[in-house]
Amino acid sequence: MKRPVLSALVLLSGAGGLFLLFNTMQGCRPQTAQTVVSGDVASKVYIKPGSHDEFYNFVSGGFSGQMSVYGLPSGRLLRDIPVFSVDPENGWGYSEETKPMLMTTHGFIPWDDSHHVEASMTNGVPDGRYMFINGNNTPRVAMIDLKTFRTASIIEIPNSAGNHSSPFITPNSEYLVAGTRFSIPMGTDAQRDVPIETYKENFKGTVSFIKPDTATSTMSIAFQITTPAVDFDLAHAGKGPSDGWFFFSCYNTEQAYSLLEVNASQRDKDFIMAVNWKKAEQYAKEGKGKMIDGKHYMNHYDESVHSATSKVVDQVLQLDPKELTDLLYFMPCPKSPHGCDVDPTGEFIVGSGKLAATLPVFSFTKMQKAIADKDFDGDFVGIPVLKYESVLHGEVKKPGLGPLHTEFDNNGFAYSSMFVSSEIVKWNVKSLEVVDRVPTYYSIGHLCVPGGDSKQPWGKYVIAYNKITKDRYLPTGPELTQSAQLFSIDGDKMELLLDFPTTGEPHYAQAVPAELIKDKSTRFFKIEDNKHPYATKGEKEARVVREGNKVHVYMTCIRSHFAPDNIEGVKVGDEVYFHVTNLEQDWDVPHGFAMKGAPTAELLIMPGETQTLKWVPQSVGVKPFYCTDFCSALHQEMQGYLRVSPAGSNVPLKFETRSVDAGS
Amino acid sequence: MKTKITIGLAAATLTLAMASCGGANTDAPPGAKTPPPGAAATEAETKAPDNMITAADITLGDIDQTMASAGKGIYELKCQACHSVGTNRVVGPGWKGITERRKPEWIMNMMLNVDVMLDQDPEAQKMLEECLVRMPNQSLSKDDGRHVLEFMRTL
Ligand code: HEC
Ligand SMILES: [Cu+2]
Repeated sequence: MKRPVLSALVLLSGAGGLFLLFNTMQGCRPQTAQTVVSGDVASKVYIKPGSHDEFYNFVSGGFSGQMSVYGLPSGRLLRDIPVFSVDPENGWGYSEETKPMLMTTHGFIPWDDSHHVEASMTNGVPDGRYMFINGNNTPRVAMIDLKTFRTASIIEIPNSAGNHSSPFITPNSEYLVAGTRFSIPMGTDAQRDVPIETYKENFKGTVSFIKPDTATSTMSIAFQITTPAVDFDLAHAGKGPSDGWFFFSCYNTEQAYSLLEVNASQRDKDFIMAVNWKKAEQYAKEGKGKMIDGKHYMNHYDESVHSATSKVVDQVLQLDPKELTDLLYFMPCPKSPHGCDVDPTGEFIVGSGKLAATLPVFSFTKMQKAIADKDFDGDFVGIPVLKYESVLHGEVKKPGLGPLHTEFDNNGFAYSSMFVSSEIVKWNVKSLEVVDRVPTYYSIGHLCVPGGDSKQPWGKYVIAYNKITKDRYLPTGPELTQSAQLFSIDGDKMELLLDFPTTGEPHYAQAVPAELIKDKSTRFFKIEDNKHPYATKGEKEARVVREGNKVHVYMTCIRSHFAPDNIEGVKVGDEVYFHVTNLEQDWDVPHGFAMKGAPTAELLIMPGETQTLKWVPQSVGVKPFYCTDFCSALHQEMQGYLRVSPAGSNVPLKFETRSVDAGS
Repeated sequence: MKTKITIGLAAATLTLAMASCGGANTDAPPGAKTPPPGAAATEAETKAPDNMITAADITLGDIDQTMASAGKGIYELKCQACHSVGTNRVVGPGWKGITERRKPEWIMNMMLNVDVMLDQDPEAQKMLEECLVRMPNQSLSKDDGRHVLEFMRTL
């Protein structure tokens, strides 16, 4: 019985291979949406109602600035976590408590571009405690607590311009990195105000090492290494034998500062920069660095007070590799490398030259030997360049067009995304042989295997995050959802299982088994532990307090009323702060709060939490407020009135709900 | 014909409201009395757990003032928004005399296992049909519940 089924499958995948060949030959022409999907794949992604997915998939929202969470294999969207952008769904960046999270040296930034998701690791494996993501445009890194699925901290990166090469992590979460995409002039105002054409003399790059503190869910910048002026792209930490090293891909070694498309694609090879971070750490400890100007914000949301605060730091510790030896080495890598990925053994480093015809794989052992033997090919702006042939393990020949990124499984195979030929290519890390390829629809960017950048990948699936959607779903005008595709990698051949739409632009992602996270998920905040300075602990404490032109409303909510719900004595031009405490103590009973005329629509308040909406009334009248989250059968009754009198009037301050003890 | 039925229903509603929602307040909204969906309880929560309180779990002696005042603190933080200590209904019934109306283990289960009660106990269900707000699980510990019970005995 089994045989015929098997051979049918082989036949089908054979046809798939042909189909692909055909497609690759067509070159730039887009492939059709008709995909060969073999067998009963629906059952492999069907999660029956009320059951849970096997993996959490944390996916960057790209230009949305957020991070989305999907279940795998179903592809169901579970949550959009607000990070670098305000979120009208829950008031992130609108409530007084969350505003400091989006503060930077450039002021309040309501919308940024997020790129790469990285998991906190223990012993080289994702541990399910935190996710990290970088803010690209206004250089920052965010730390997301997986107990609450909320952004706990955001740190700004000084002396960086475009934080692309970030936030990759070391095997025991010692450091996260942030490599600047653009090199820039640094230092005092006079040192920074220079002609662009003095790029070679005055511009520098930096890679920053950020220390996450898991006890407090905060981050700080441990040190920053200055580098020759180039563009940093991506990075990954060494592990196992290469633990202690970090690898960054860099392009524009031409040091162009205009029309990079042409001018930064001249040289045959750019570099993978190898950083000995253990050495850097030691130099920093020995006081060999210099404190230099590097003003930056450190924002932290403290759960016990349900509020964020910002701390501003003026300087950073910089290490100069020209004075401190053995910190940096360059490995030549063909044609503008993008992805820079380290295999699970920690021995092999894959550089994906996006304009290259081969995929070079470097050997850490050979790199160590080349360094020991001083097997150099000169230097680049004072930093030794290792000989390509001496550090190369080998090249994957003709992998496909436009290689971008590589993830790994636990059986010695690598999966590389090919942007231009729109496919995933599976190859053997040791032998460098291509063993399988599947088309993606269309133009894959990043890809993700659960644990695929760790020491022990869980494997099972590879997910393609595609840049172009076109005809995959029902059309929705010129703007389309972006798209991900799930493939099974259990067999020898990759098998397409599912397309699923994504929010924003699905950039890099992490997938982690649900067991590592789900049982630790916070259900509600204990009201006893709420230390918010404006918390209202019980309806008895509900009140309105005037301090000059500031009016503080200490308000409670519970199914289904607010206390107080009748307020008088507020005047036009007052600054009214509604500090709303949700007294519920059960899972999934949020309340909302919306005030007519307030410029930001609402708050969403979780059980046990206090959140604040600021409102400056502009006109006289009796104004309504109501609950915006359908909380009970009497939700539509959850409302109140606030009377606004003219500025300077003497209507007394008054507030009430019905008297609670009327009947006693 | 039609009018009569409506009146009949409204009257029934009123009586029920008086009886079950314990209130001088008869402001339960008229109209269809479809019980609200069990949205607040998960499937797991409404399966009768082993930790239901029985008569054997509770001993009542003379009123313990320390326990009662701890109970009052919990009441003010977590219950007062919906329950008065009088006879009037707020969202739920007033608590005056509750320990004479209800068995102590029944009260304890209302406090600690409210989702099971609202899904299975006919008395609790009758109240829900009137009040139309699911009494929330306020996540009390067993001790918390016992302290509130002591406070109720003082009312
Ligand atoms: C959101 C409003 C609300 C809050 C808060 C609330 N209850 Fe209730 N309670 C109700 C409602 C409504 C009922 C009637 C049953 C129903 O509709 O679910 C009820 C019923 C009860 C009953 C049964 C009353 C009787 O007369 O038989 C007890 C006991 C009780 N609640 C205890 C508590 C305790 C203890 C707390 C605080 C820890 C509390 N409740 C908090 C709404 C609430
Ligand atoms: Cu509500």
